[in-house]
Amino acid sequence: MTDTLHYEIVSPECLLKDAHAAMIVVPGTDGDFTALPHHAPMMSTIRPGVVEIYEAEGAEPTRLFLKGGLAQINPAGLTILAEETIELDKVDTDDLNQKISNTKEDIEDAKDDIERSALEKKLAWMVALSEVVHAA
Amino acid sequence: MPSLKDLKVRISSVKSTQKITKAMKMVAASKLRRAQDAAEAARPYAERMEKVLTGLGLAVKGQPGASPLLVGTGKEDVELVIVATSERGLCGGFNTSIVKAARAHIEGLIRDGKTVKILCIGRKGHVLMRRLYGEKIVGFKDMSAIKRMGFADAQPIAADILAMFKRGEFDVATLFYAKFQSALVQITTKQQLIPAPMPEAANENESGDELGGAIYDYEPGETEILEDLLPRNVAVQVYRGLLENAASEQGARMTAMDNATRNAGDMIDNLTVTYNRTRQAAITKELIEIISGAEAL
Repeated sequence: MTDTLHYEIVSPECLLKDAHAAMIVVPGTDGDFTALPHHAPMMSTIRPGVVEIYEAEGAEPTRLFLKGGLAQINPAGLTILAEETIELDKVDTDDLNQKISNTKEDIEDAKDDIERSALEKKLAWMVALSEVVHAA
Repeated sequence: MPSLKDLKVRISSVKSTQKITKAMKMVAASKLRRAQDAAEAARPYAERMEKVLTGLGLAVKGQPGASPLLVGTGKEDVELVIVATSERGLCGGFNTSIVKAARAHIEGLIRDGKTVKILCIGRKGHVLMRRLYGEKIVGFKDMSAIKRMGFADAQPIAADILAMFKRGEFDVATLFYAKFQSALVQITTKQQLIPAPMPEAANENESGDELGGAIYDYEPGETEILEDLLPRNVAVQVYRGLLENAASEQGARMTAMDNATRNAGDMIDNLTVTYNRTRQAAITKELIEIISGAEAL
């Protein structure tokens, strides 16, 4: 029997996935990392990017966009606390571009640093999403 | 003594009221199911978040320069009281009991000479709080446009709270809401949002086990992860409070409407008895008049 990695993806609204996979690529803040079974315990924040779930070795990965969050690997498996997930094939490119330009304008009009940093965070994930969509 | 016609009108009016309360009860029951499912679905995230935070928080707490969201601002002079209530009435004592709990807390704070600021979520609580502490209310969130509570609805509220905190407008934040236990029982709950509540040091040994007894590699670092996690935790706690509140509201409404339906039923029974008696009395009276009239001849 080949080893599999138990993983969970949890969003604030519900438990999205609770299954096993051969390996998972996670977009960590300090760079992507691949979680394999028996990975050393670690905790990392996630930058906006794509999680790739390989159900079996060599198989096509399931791709899921995360707006950010936290990944935690412990002996029981991988837990991803996702802020929000977006399925890549449901992205409307025109709508997204529109939103990006709107947010850029909002940043220029921002009244204070707190508002600006919130908007910049919003822009970061939208830009990351559009890059991913264009690359596909 | 009401006339027969008056009684008939009353009976029919109570009957139509009963129909309304019955329908409201059914609607509340089906909404309750949905709200309950949503509240349950949100639990895993909050639970895991709590575990991670507890583990990290205990590790970082002693260190200097820890986030004020975790250790507080060092004083407790200004407290933000967040009162989450419903948008609609007719749900029994739901809103009043939340407001009552919040009020007891606020009175205590005022007695201790602290400054209180109030943030209302939900129209009903706002109306009640405004009468009591009009000048202390710093914000009001109207949720009436929201049909299904999503995390995206809680986020702006949390963002506002965090922005106020960053501007130094308060030191401590407490959230009041009703925790859902069953359709009959809702527990008014006071929860501290900022600084994040931490279990006492006595649990220190346990926390290692909760995290799987492992020593973690942190990427980027413990402090950075906490900086990222703490604001999100506020949003999650607000979201959870709102979901619990939504389920409690429907539960309270269902119970209240069930009672109202039963009361209306009792009232109809009583009125019907009175109606029948009055009618019988009228008939008897008429008969007596006829008989005594005949006897007099």
